Amino acid sequence: MRTYWFTEDAYPDLPPEEEYESIRVNLPNSNFDPERGHELYNWYLDMWCMAESYGLDIMNNEHHQTATCMVPAAPLMLSILARETSKARLLILGNPISNRRNPIRVAEEMALIDVISKGRLECGFVRGVPYEAAPANRTALRGSQRLWEAHDMIMKAWTTHDGPFNYEGRWFHGRQINIWPRPYQQPAPPVWITMGGRSSTTPVAKNKYVGAVFLAGYPRIREIFDGYREDYLEMHGEHAPFDRLAYLGLVYVGETEEKAREGAEKLLWYMSANKVPGYWSNPPGYHPPQIAAQIMKGARGGSGVPLTATLDDQMARGNVFAGTPDQVYEQIKNFWEYSGGFGNMLMMGQAGFVTHEETETSMKLYSEEVFPRLKELEASTTPAEAWEKSKAMKQRDNVPLDGFALEFVR
Amino acid sequence: MGANTETIELPVGECTVTRKGTGPQLLLLHGGGGSIADHPVTDKLAEKFEIIAPTHPGFNGTKVPDHFDGMPELVLFYLDVLDALKIDNAVLMGISMGGWLAAELASINCTRFSKVILVDAVGVKVGGPTDRDIVDVFGIPPEKATKLMYHDPANAPDLSTLTDEALAAVAGNRIALGLYTWEPYMHNPKLPQRLHRITAPTLLLWGESDGLVSTDYGEAYAAMIPGAKFVTIPEAGHSPYAEQTDRFVDEVFAFTD
Repeated sequence: MRTYWFTEDAYPDLPPEEEYESIRVNLPNSNFDPERGHELYNWYLDMWCMAESYGLDIMNNEHHQTATCMVPAAPLMLSILARETSKARLLILGNPISNRRNPIRVAEEMALIDVISKGRLECGFVRGVPYEAAPANRTALRGSQRLWEAHDMIMKAWTTHDGPFNYEGRWFHGRQINIWPRPYQQPAPPVWITMGGRSSTTPVAKNKYVGAVFLAGYPRIREIFDGYREDYLEMHGEHAPFDRLAYLGLVYVGETEEKAREGAEKLLWYMSANKVPGYWSNPPGYHPPQIAAQIMKGARGGSGVPLTATLDDQMARGNVFAGTPDQVYEQIKNFWEYSGGFGNMLMMGQAGFVTHEETETSMKLYSEEVFPRLKELEASTTPAEAWEKSKAMKQRDNVPLDGFALEFVR
Repeated sequence: MGANTETIELPVGECTVTRKGTGPQLLLLHGGGGSIADHPVTDKLAEKFEIIAPTHPGFNGTKVPDHFDGMPELVLFYLDVLDALKIDNAVLMGISMGGWLAAELASINCTRFSKVILVDAVGVKVGGPTDRDIVDVFGIPPEKATKLMYHDPANAPDLSTLTDEALAAVAGNRIALGLYTWEPYMHNPKLPQRLHRITAPTLLLWGESDGLVSTDYGEAYAAMIPGAKFVTIPEAGHSPYAEQTDRFVDEVFAFTD
């Protein structure tokens, strides 16, 4: 079991919510104070370094034109961490290669980070959330197909060592591809891909990549994890090891239940601040017509309704794990067993106004009192046993999906 | 008026076509809202013409060939459509995005067309890089985009009254519109260098209150086409055929007499 510490690098100091239409895409950058930005970037970098000192690994990501995530170039942050850290695995989840114009640039950047960090890169590729279509000016249509073509090109670039090759695909073209440097890890750094539904598991399992799922919760986790495990078993004749699956949830561990709930409420900023009108969530071609229509319908009552599920709701869904170390262990254990097991916990441990002190308290309690027990939990069983046990559990689908799930689970 | 709708097989893909009326051919290329073959305006136009109204792949639930990435594929697809439908000496009418398609087709080869009518058409950039010539319909709420399209917002369809199925159809058409117009947005930067090839008499017909593409845009577009006439229709927005149906038909008949 590995735990990757994640913060989305929010810029939380926003005007009152009623004064702006959207936190993403068209929020004017006059709201961004470069002085405050300077503090925050350095704090987030310090936080990841602190995570390493507590024995955790590091996860970062990028978004564009949004206060939810100040980092528009994750490789830049990761390259700093490649130099500042020495032990942690460095997960980027991920490179939005459906929207990138040139996959070779991604192959080069990732190889560089891998070499500087002496082979600590874990390289994720994602299609990107719908709000990325407008900033990227890239059509959302056929994004998944573009992702896999860009992936093929990057893998070929990483693994070709005898001079230039050509790649002439549908969307991406190069005639003399010969990247310098090549990656440190051979034949290639580990690859991660996000999975949003049963239909996206097959190519991930086929390649034995790590399949990562964000906030699918109890309602959907088994559909996706089971899909991956079925595909993996069928294609490789063996059970998928735990380390091939990852789950991202919000985690806050406190000394007391009360303090933990306080911290977790602050973490919920990540969801509640996500004020986005339907049309940014719904670029043409991202969702099939039926889902696109549902989002249009959601916008009927006025756009930009924030996502306000309560902490208890989010905990019941398996999106948030919060409490004392014992409680958080129990919560993650329950979810872990229900899901059939996974070897990578992606821990969103800081968001919004969670302070430095609160962040460290939760990080320390997690790493010292929760994480070791999760490692034992994983070591106590096998993927086959855990899957069998999961299948015997009744489906917990009494928690309805809301707009948040539609937009975020991918 | 009796209409006949069929799906024709093409060398690549297929195309659903509605025909109505008898007389000289009028090839009607619809805009981003999908086929208007059922709209009453077509009955009026069919009093003088054989209306031939294909549905662009992807609209109204039709299939999109896998290789389609944008307008260039649609233009080439229509070369096959013109052959299959034996379009000859037809009046070519294109509305909005269909006007862009019409301008592309007429500027490739105008010999099949007797006259060209572009209605509140997109397809070119008339201003500088930072002029927003065409409203970004994907960057505003759909209900606002709908309202901008009408002179009288009360004429705009109310999305909130649609059934789930009808709303899914609207969403499907929006996806198709995105396919053809996403980037470069609603235009082809190379088209102005080809518009001189439109040799048939050309009319640009514009709703005076068009909130998506202004009459200034229409006038500048007309100036790019040799001899093109520019005519506005009062009290009409982006879809003058819907808001001022009779006036619209009168203008079309006057131009094609």
